[in-house]
Amino acid sequence: MTDNNSSQALKEFISETEEIIEALNLDLMTLSDAVEAGDADPDLVNGIFRGAHSVKGLAGMFGFDDISQLAHRMENLLDSLRLGKVAFSQGLLDTLFYALEQLTRLINGKSTDELFTFDLTQVFDRIEQVLVGDSGTQEDPLQSLEIGNEILNVLTEYEEHRLLENVKKSRNIHLLKIDFDLSSFDQDLAELTQVLKQQGEVISTLPSAGDIGERIAFQILYGSDLERQGIYDLLERDDLNVTTYGDAASDDADDQGFVLETPEPETQEPVSPLMPQTPAESEGSSLRSISRTVRVDIDKLDLLMNIVGELVLSKGAIATISDRLKTEVNNEASADLIKATRSLERRLEELQKGVMDVRMVPIGQLFEKMTRIVRRVSNEQGKKVDLEIRGAETELDKLIIEDVSDPLMHIIRNAIDHGLEAPVERRAEGKPEKGTILLSAAQKGNHVVIEVRDDGRGIDPEYVRRKAIQKGLVAEDQELSPEEIRELLFMPGFSTRDEVSDLSGRGVGMDVVKNNIAELAGMIGLASDIGQGTVVTLTLPITLAIIKALIVRVGSKTYAIPINSVLETLMLEADDISSIEKCEVIELRRTTVPLLRLDQIFGMQEQQESESSEQRLFVAIVGLAEKKMGFVVDELLGQQDVVIKSLGKALSFVKGIAGAAELGNQKTILVLDVAGLMNEAIRSESALHV
Amino acid sequence: MKKILIAEDSPTMRSLIVSTIDALGEYETVEAANGFEALRILPREKVDLIITDINMPDINGLELVSFIRNNENYKETPLFIISTEGSERDREKGLALGANAYLVKPFTPDELQSLIQDYLS
Repeated sequence: MTDNNSSQALKEFISETEEIIEALNLDLMTLSDAVEAGDADPDLVNGIFRGAHSVKGLAGMFGFDDISQLAHRMENLLDSLRLGKVAFSQGLLDTLFYALEQLTRLINGKSTDELFTFDLTQVFDRIEQVLVGDSGTQEDPLQSLEIGNEILNVLTEYEEHRLLENVKKSRNIHLLKIDFDLSSFDQDLAELTQVLKQQGEVISTLPSAGDIGERIAFQILYGSDLERQGIYDLLERDDLNVTTYGDAASDDADDQGFVLETPEPETQEPVSPLMPQTPAESEGSSLRSISRTVRVDIDKLDLLMNIVGELVLSKGAIATISDRLKTEVNNEASADLIKATRSLERRLEELQKGVMDVRMVPIGQLFEKMTRIVRRVSNEQGKKVDLEIRGAETELDKLIIEDVSDPLMHIIRNAIDHGLEAPVERRAEGKPEKGTILLSAAQKGNHVVIEVRDDGRGIDPEYVRRKAIQKGLVAEDQELSPEEIRELLFMPGFSTRDEVSDLSGRGVGMDVVKNNIAELAGMIGLASDIGQGTVVTLTLPITLAIIKALIVRVGSKTYAIPINSVLETLMLEADDISSIEKCEVIELRRTTVPLLRLDQIFGMQEQQESESSEQRLFVAIVGLAEKKMGFVVDELLGQQDVVIKSLGKALSFVKGIAGAAELGNQKTILVLDVAGLMNEAIRSESALHV
Repeated sequence: MKKILIAEDSPTMRSLIVSTIDALGEYETVEAANGFEALRILPREKVDLIITDINMPDINGLELVSFIRNNENYKETPLFIISTEGSERDREKGLALGANAYLVKPFTPDELQSLIQDYLS
């Protein structure tokens, strides 16, 4: 294998194992609930076993011995579990979760450095301890059952165990023979299995030997309390043939299993195997793949997105030319060109939406990761936490999901660390011992709002104030409004030393979280009631890259304001502006909206004074979360699609600018960072009081 | 060109096997993501060698071996089982059912390539 191939393969390895681990985590959660409720689904345990098994096999191929070893030990434990050699216990589940976390750490490590590893003795020991409880009982072979060897021979060890379990439960063991149309046997079998599972356990599904023509026969080994007749009644199929083991009434003497000519159902046209197939049949049905997804590298999607972006710009240029032709020449051709441009525009919009859709993933993936964090942190802290998830189907750009995962993790850690009380304390306050964290997502227009709501002790403003005084952030005698208290929590340096140790060395202040969210052009909000709990709200754009923008002129410069944050635009006379505590505000439908003069922000005041005293002003009212603000500009130039390009690290210190965008006419303009500007304005307002 | 069917539910594993076979430059490959898909492919394509995983979600590899060995059309087709070392019994069963080889993961590309060459060239 060449280097290039192997790095590609490594990528695939990481992405597949990540997927497996996410599924494992989800299954383990379900299993943990099922065990609590007293019954664990054998399919679930088997699924988890298969997951660990796959990871082991894959890691082995890549020479990742540590991953392979760990997965192997997990697999052993799960194997004992599914074969009934060890019993379920909380300790066992905790060990599995712990092992899964270490596995995740290893895989994450390898994604940046193939040589990454760490000492696994502890996790190995824990698994070993759980396995010591292994009673090592050997199952009695299935000799007593009169099941043909042809069948027993194809059962894996696990399936044998399930067969025995069913026998132990005194269930009847049936062999169902049934045939299906080749074009749809997988769906038909899945449906049938679903029905059967309601009344028992499908132990194995075996394809019957024989020529595969238009139809294919299957035998299903099935354990159920139902009698033979009960199965006929349950499935209501004419072409069904049931053999019940140890049942004399069974109408099929052929216990040996294979090859059974089942009659075609009467409704079916008999098909001669010699009849040539129509092309439609062979193309439409037989070659259809069962898995309907493809895995795509996000970089490829970025590239596509960029191309679409360039296309949108080219379209803009064509639109301008065709409009010009229409006004200057105004002949039939120019009218046609306008029509054609409109149609191009619509198609492009669809393309853009399509590409954007591909990048969208349900936020549930991220939420699932959070369940792991909640479990770990609550165990560390000895707190009981119920994590409730809502809106997991809400979709968000894959890259945004990636970038929001760390901030979200910190917020949730904070909620458990600082928000939720210990069980004793909760009881004393008349709250249920188990705290609740509600993690929800919902789409609101062009934004997705993620909320982390806990029912903990809330944030005590007095405590925050004292801490801020200690840190020298505010003067001792200073009165603080609830908003100012909130802003303090997001100030750099507010997180104290002792909090860092609380977070077991992972001390990340809310200021960092806030900056991360701001980098995504998002906004963070916080509300808290003492004794009732705290809500942290993240408002994020659904996607980055191409945006519709309002193009405005300030002095001699042109800027773009992302349209998804523009609520409305107004034209004002100078008289409409009043002043509250040195802040300019306007009245807008009985609410007071503060103004921000962009010319002042960007240091263009001189021009402003010389030309604007008589002029009318334009205001773009922008809003994010619950906050509103008016940006004062000199002229509104219209709407346009723009492709945001990052300014790069070198210019990342420039405040108030989210990036640069190209207009169709090769002109580059700056895109305003609405969230950043609003935050800045709010901060300088509070600074006035200090 | 001779054709090899690979039934394996892990896409990474599948592409590893395919690239190992491609490196020989002599064979065509057909991929099945599970046992059902393999059953679908078999009657449509003339396959010269089958490589199957043992743990698949719908039917297991042993069942696929049994099906193939009991079918007039494919009973002579060479067949390898690939599995992560696990149950010795599963291995014995696989060979007893008529698998020509039982490869244990991790295997090297060489092992697989020489096995293929043994049966196909």
